[in-house]
Amino acid sequence: MTHVIQRLGAWTIARVADLGRMLNFLLYAVYVCVADPVRPRHIIKQISFIGAKSSFVIVLTAGFTGMVLGLQGYYTLTKFGSEGMLGVAVALSLIRELGPVLSALMVTGRAGSAITAEIGIMRISEQIDALETMALEPFKYLVSPKLIASLLALPLLCAIFDLVGIWGGYLVGVRLLGVNPGAYFGEMKNSVEWQDVYSGMIKSLSFGVIIAWVCCYKGYYTGHGAEGVSRATTGAVVLSSVLILIWDYFITSVLL
Amino acid sequence: MISLRGVRKWFGSQLVLNGVDLEIPTGEITAIIGPSGEGKSVLLKHMIGLLRPDSGSVQVDGEEITSLGRGGLNRVREKFGMLFQNAALFDSLTVFDNVAFPLQEKTKLTDAEIAQRVREALLHVGLSGVDAKYPDQLSGGMKKRVGLARALLMDPRIILFDEPTTGLDPVMGRGIHHMIKETHAKFGYTAVVVSHEIPEIFDIADRVAVLYRGSIVASGTPEEIKSSSDPMVRQFISGSLEGPIQLEGTMRDEEGFRPV
Ligand SMILES: Nc1ncnc2c1ncn2[C@@H]1O[C@H](COP(=O)(O)OP(=O)(O)OP(=O)(O)O)[C@@H](O)[C@H]1O
Ligand SMILES: [Mg+2]
Repeated sequence: MTHVIQRLGAWTIARVADLGRMLNFLLYAVYVCVADPVRPRHIIKQISFIGAKSSFVIVLTAGFTGMVLGLQGYYTLTKFGSEGMLGVAVALSLIRELGPVLSALMVTGRAGSAITAEIGIMRISEQIDALETMALEPFKYLVSPKLIASLLALPLLCAIFDLVGIWGGYLVGVRLLGVNPGAYFGEMKNSVEWQDVYSGMIKSLSFGVIIAWVCCYKGYYTGHGAEGVSRATTGAVVLSSVLILIWDYFITSVLL
Repeated sequence: MISLRGVRKWFGSQLVLNGVDLEIPTGEITAIIGPSGEGKSVLLKHMIGLLRPDSGSVQVDGEEITSLGRGGLNRVREKFGMLFQNAALFDSLTVFDNVAFPLQEKTKLTDAEIAQRVREALLHVGLSGVDAKYPDQLSGGMKKRVGLARALLMDPRIILFDEPTTGLDPVMGRGIHHMIKETHAKFGYTAVVVSHEIPEIFDIADRVAVLYRGSIVASGTPEEIKSSSDPMVRQFISGSLEGPIQLEGTMRDEEGFRPV
């Protein structure tokens, strides 16, 4: 029995220490971003990787998410005879919730895992040590550009997600199921407020930080060898996704 | 001058350095030799602050580096160049960009000047026409030489070479030794060379230190080491199978030196 309690205690202490190290990592990364500005070309390269190259998968998932929202929304709303509200339902769920969350999850899977693998491999092959011996700050080259790029790219990807999703809802609701197009967009214009867009963007920005933070951290402190890197990568995707969903709940309850 | 006193380093339960005392004189070439896996690379990493000792002191030009923070360490590291045992090239950059990287990041030279210096540095280590290749497209010996070019490029005052010639053919190895000797004569940097090239390393070193079982068991001029009466040193430089150094697993355990 005491054995179990001991193990539990050790586990808890290790997790808390880990959390402290993670917070330190983030604070130091922010400090380096401010104190030692990154060259624009490094940021642009990362925006291209995290943002531009994710846009295809974002468009694809957004299209189908919008279409399924059109179907489900229509099915529910006809029960109350208010299928004219379909545009509002689709737009609000996308802008407030699904756009930021799903785009962040897609980016985690696509770019986040690659970030962890890249930094992890640099760690195990002593490339990070090599940077240090040149008196260069590894965070400036490995973490800052990714943090800034992800902060910029996520809201933009989210905006694309919202637009394409609304268009997907239109395709199914209006073109396929015959909702009045005037009602679809008219009601949307009347009901979606600046506040909704704004809260979605806030979410997106914070998800951008979570992705870069968790994925860089996991790579930076990877385990040994190919297996260590692969474990770090899996861990990064899981932790980043879970944190996104948990943070989403808290930030929603504050922003509502 | 780099001076290490009583440096001890544990990795988990393995005691790798057990009280290393070593002075690296300024402006000389010091060779560190010793059996594989004895901690030579670990020792080099202590000199540049990549590893911190569990106890003991490491001083660079009189400054204690074991207690320095990031800023202080970076200031000390400005004096250093380092060649890693595995070269540690940036694998997503081409050979050219690998060598150019420190110049691009730390100097205000124009692109043309950088290109010029990178070409020269690569030619110096006998490489041409590989600028556009990536590290994984190079042979082991070529990677070593790119790493060497990168380490020499910033004209550092202290250079740590971790096995600069391992993996090179004899002619090329001799060429690299020659180059170290020559650039050293020209720039007068302090060099620490970890090497398994015995006896060739005796020709370029001013001093030799032998690391064995976690401490420096002998040090002195190459002549002193060559004529040493220490049975371990004698066995090691002659490469004989008979003597105190036994291959892994045959003797280690009975000594009880390394708690595993
Ligand atoms: N990061 C590390 N974690 C745990 N153990 C390590 C680490 N680095 C080195 N060691 C151990 O320290 C010992 C010395 O390693 P080191 O690389 O310094 O040997 P070496 O003398 O350079 O050998 P070689 O001549 O083969 O390069 C080895 O037993 C190695 O397993
Ligand atoms: Mg070594």
